[in-house]
Amino acid sequence: MKVAVLVTCINDTMFPDTGKAVFRLLRRLGVDADFPEAQTCCGQPMVNTGYLDEAVPVVRAFTDAFAGYDYIVTPSGSCAGSARHQHSLVARRAGEPRLAETGPKVYELSEFLVDVLGVTDVDAYFPHRVTYHPTCHSLRMLGVGDKPLQLLRAVRGLDLVELPAAEECCGFGGTFAVKNADTSTAMGADKARHVRDTGAEVLVAGDNSCLLHIGGLLSRERSGVRVLHLADVLASTEEDA
Amino acid sequence: MPAFPAAARAALADSQLRRNLAHATGTIRAKRAAVVAEVDEWEELRLAGAAIKDNTLRHLDEHLLTLEAALQERGATVHWARDAAQACEIVAGIAKNHHVDEVVKVKSMATQEIGLNEALAEQGITAWETDLAELIVQLGDDLPSHILVPAIHRNRAEIREVFRRRMAAAGRPAPDDLTDEPAELAGAARLHLREKFLRAKMAVSGANFAVADTGTLVVVESEGNGRMCLTLPEVLVSVVGIEKVVPTWFDLDVFLQLLPRSSTGERMNPYTSTWSGITPGDGPQEMHVVLLDNGRTRALADSVGRQALRCIRCSACLNVCPVYERTGGHAYGSVYPGPIGAILNPLLKGVGVDEQTDSLPYASSLCGACFEACPVRIDIPEVLVHLRSQVVDAHRGGAPKPEAVAMKSAAWVLSDARRLTFAERGMGAAGKALNRFGRAVLPGGRRAVRRLPWPASLWTGARDLPAPPAESFRAWWRRTGRR
Ligand code: SF4
Repeated sequence: MKVAVLVTCINDTMFPDTGKAVFRLLRRLGVDADFPEAQTCCGQPMVNTGYLDEAVPVVRAFTDAFAGYDYIVTPSGSCAGSARHQHSLVARRAGEPRLAETGPKVYELSEFLVDVLGVTDVDAYFPHRVTYHPTCHSLRMLGVGDKPLQLLRAVRGLDLVELPAAEECCGFGGTFAVKNADTSTAMGADKARHVRDTGAEVLVAGDNSCLLHIGGLLSRERSGVRVLHLADVLASTEEDA
Repeated sequence: MPAFPAAARAALADSQLRRNLAHATGTIRAKRAAVVAEVDEWEELRLAGAAIKDNTLRHLDEHLLTLEAALQERGATVHWARDAAQACEIVAGIAKNHHVDEVVKVKSMATQEIGLNEALAEQGITAWETDLAELIVQLGDDLPSHILVPAIHRNRAEIREVFRRRMAAAGRPAPDDLTDEPAELAGAARLHLREKFLRAKMAVSGANFAVADTGTLVVVESEGNGRMCLTLPEVLVSVVGIEKVVPTWFDLDVFLQLLPRSSTGERMNPYTSTWSGITPGDGPQEMHVVLLDNGRTRALADSVGRQALRCIRCSACLNVCPVYERTGGHAYGSVYPGPIGAILNPLLKGVGVDEQTDSLPYASSLCGACFEACPVRIDIPEVLVHLRSQVVDAHRGGAPKPEAVAMKSAAWVLSDARRLTFAERGMGAAGKALNRFGRAVLPGGRRAVRRLPWPASLWTGARDLPAPPAESFRAWWRRTGRR
């Protein structure tokens, strides 16, 4: 089984620790994954903003970088969703059917762990009070269900508290966050309030982009709540604590 | 009407409005979820609803001709209207033929879409809304902000004020001792409206469905006021969008299950009225049906967007939409607000013509809650993205907007790993500087930025931004020799 990790452009440039955590975790589970260095981005920023022509070379680079792998794992529900469901749009636009072929092999991290590897206990240790936000694309575009929660429940020391109105969008939405900044922050403020209400120390989600938004609001409110990607939590062990 | 972001900003600043909306949408959302959960085969029903609509739309021309013939056979007169102006002219013409200067109206989205009340007013004909919420909106000189609950943005105290100040000028005045108890408000409206039902010679309605093979129009409602309009006046005119046609009564069955649960959270509508042509000596003695296009064939020609014509106007997508919940309907600048408005308006009007319409496909975070709720499975996020690409394409050529420049440069960087590596080095240097001088520290120890100049201020206006790391993932990968 040839496995590659799609680190995603935002993790590569802004959250390298999450990328490192994915490799640490996979190695612990006995998966020897590659990081194809030709990878860049799934093209979602362009597709979702309507720039389909611009997305074509990005998706082409994606297809070239990941050709030949059986599974592509990514710590992002959003990028997995985009690759699986939107690359066909770009392929049609470009008249290049092969651009739609790699997308279906992309798995969001919790899907890969639970569905492909068949594990829910990854032998992690994280002694903190945690609440979990199911990001919209994980929840609705991919339908990962409670897989992330199954994984979190098995983490030793972790105290999982339920997030009120968990399924409501945080308001990030890619370029929506700046094109409709006022609405986006109004939605995010409600999400941040719900997070504070739980009394959790850490907010966990499967998308650093949403966490960038919610975390930015929580920090501006000086809430003291830390945001952390699911991969970072699952990679943690006793030695890290 | 300003573009969505500006209109939304104004709405967001109104805290009373936001409270009213959050309360109302929250209540309907919970009711809907509960009654939908009662139906085991809900998903099959949704699929059936979508399939019936799709099949009908594929042969729309044939079904419309069947409908026309069946209506005529039962004594109705059928008119075809290409656009809003033509439809309004037809209705005004019928009113003039009968020398009426007022008509009563059944709540109808189609007549609002074409601006019928305003067009009739110009001809000296007053149109009275008889749906309670529409009456509140009309008396308050307001605009509807929800498909099903047009006065959703108003609370009880505000409604009492509207009744006390405005009812007298429109007919029977509100009682002096009117309180804001819902039963008293409804009672005042009932007396006020009864006078109009009994006086009116002509009524105007829309239709929720039009059954082709029997020539039957269908209206579902909660209050029964529509039924008064459909039975008491001598002349009845119905303005019906051409996408409302369903082939048979069997097809209707599916929608009469999907609609009430999705819209009002009820198992069945309190009033379902159906009428086919004229019965001598009973009910209206003259019946007209105006079949309205007004952009529908344009939408039908769009292979991705045509699914929006399945819409049965239940408003479930509005009630679950987090954007709608915070901005209300007025921000969408149209009688069709919320997620369906964000796709229907551009589909009916075409993109690239005005800024307001072009802003609508972007009035969504693409969270997908609307698709999940839609009883006829309209993939609204898919259509939104498709329409965004139409908006972008309509503006290609000419001087590029800053956004287009940003997207093109981002795509250039992101289509080649070497370019991305180079860009990340620049960010890493900025990150190092910020790590020395950045003031804010995020929980966990990372430095953050509090204020940046435009356009980054669109982010940092309300959100802190973590400083970029000194080393990107790929740089770490190379440095540590992991490859
Ligand atoms: S788009 Fe779907 S959910 Fe929205 S009003 Fe139409 S039928 Fe209802």
